[in-house]
Amino acid sequence: MNITQAQYQAIDGDSIKDEENGSYIKATIDGTVMFVPLDPANRHYAEILKQVKEGTLTIKDAD
Amino acid sequence: MSKAAELANLIGNINAGGGGVNRNVIINGAMNVAQRATSSTGIGASSGYFVCDRWRFSKGGDASDGRFTMTQDSSAPEGFANSMKLDCTTADTSIAAGEFLLISQRIEGQNMQTFAKGTSSAKPFAVSFYVKGNASATYVCELVDQDNSRQISKTFNVTTDWARIELSFPADTTGTLDDDNAKSFELFIWLHAGSTYNSGTLNSSSWASLTNANRAVGISSFFDSTARTFFITGVQLEVGQNPTEFEHEPFERTLSKCQRYFEKSYDVATAPSTASTNGWQGYDAPSGSYGRFRAEFKHTKRAVPTIVTYQHSTGASGKIYTASNGTVDSALAGIGMNRAQISKSGAALSSVSEVGCHWTADSEL
Repeated sequence: MNITQAQYQAIDGDSIKDEENGSYIKATIDGTVMFVPLDPANRHYAEILKQVKEGTLTIKDAD
Repeated sequence: MSKAAELANLIGNINAGGGGVNRNVIINGAMNVAQRATSSTGIGASSGYFVCDRWRFSKGGDASDGRFTMTQDSSAPEGFANSMKLDCTTADTSIAAGEFLLISQRIEGQNMQTFAKGTSSAKPFAVSFYVKGNASATYVCELVDQDNSRQISKTFNVTTDWARIELSFPADTTGTLDDDNAKSFELFIWLHAGSTYNSGTLNSSSWASLTNANRAVGISSFFDSTARTFFITGVQLEVGQNPTEFEHEPFERTLSKCQRYFEKSYDVATAPSTASTNGWQGYDAPSGSYGRFRAEFKHTKRAVPTIVTYQHSTGASGKIYTASNGTVDSALAGIGMNRAQISKSGAALSSVSEVGCHWTADSEL
């Protein structure tokens, strides 16, 4: 996957990086803007974590 | 296959614990469902799902060379309407060691328990499919236990005519498959491989720990010429000593199975990102709201899915239509296995406004 952007998104004031409150990562993957849940069973999230671990991708904090 | 041989195979498989309905653990083996697109060009730079549902393409090694077009094609053997076609558009005749080209289907562990793999009652694997190409070639079908890194491979031949391939793989009493929704098992078709994967001895007689050099020995290269084509359909994986006839099923049943992994608001034949008002979802949102609405899925997803929104009249991803503010960024909340909530991003609506978009939900393995 070619991931060119990744940023945590807050939901109406809920804390970010909080699976219970349904936060997610907005990422551009292979040219398409996607909303990726913070679920390790999701293949896009797993790939994001992999690329972060490899040092090729940084997830920006929420605005 | 004669009726007598078919009956003998079926009886043999029933005795081995297989047979009957729902015997094929492959989904969309007849290539009838293609929700993402019916054709995709220039494939080769990035792995993923492009045309026929559930069928994954992956390419490794040098990402800069070797390209092909993938289509859902009407060429098919008798009794089938569709196949998946790969057409080489950029050749790669300098094969680096780590290169590979694969098509595969990943299977959840909970759907493989009938094989009793890793137990004393383990069942054999019977694989069958139909193939043809532009010329003679030899490729490899490999079964991989992803939970325990074990595999077994067998070669098969392709000619210019449709041919039915039948491959019997032995049972494996080592390595149980996890009973969950994760990737436990994978059926691979190898179409191109460098020395990392073909420099050993093909592991074809019994299951063994995965050794890369023994996975794809003796295969041709799909990328050896831009004349190269490869067609496949009727893929079946079942419990048994011998493959049986393909288990056909109604289109809606296959579509329903596929929607556990990928679903869209578009009509079945409309590819995501197409400008289309058919089925776009929205409503008249009140002033002061974010225009939030629920995208209800027809089928519970395998896992929490990735959501993509598309502005219905332009096809732009990450966007949503509002009558009052035009096209704006979309936002998501409460993404779950049964539904997700979609809204506009940014400030609340200052007046009553129609808000809506198309969407896809992807929980592929």
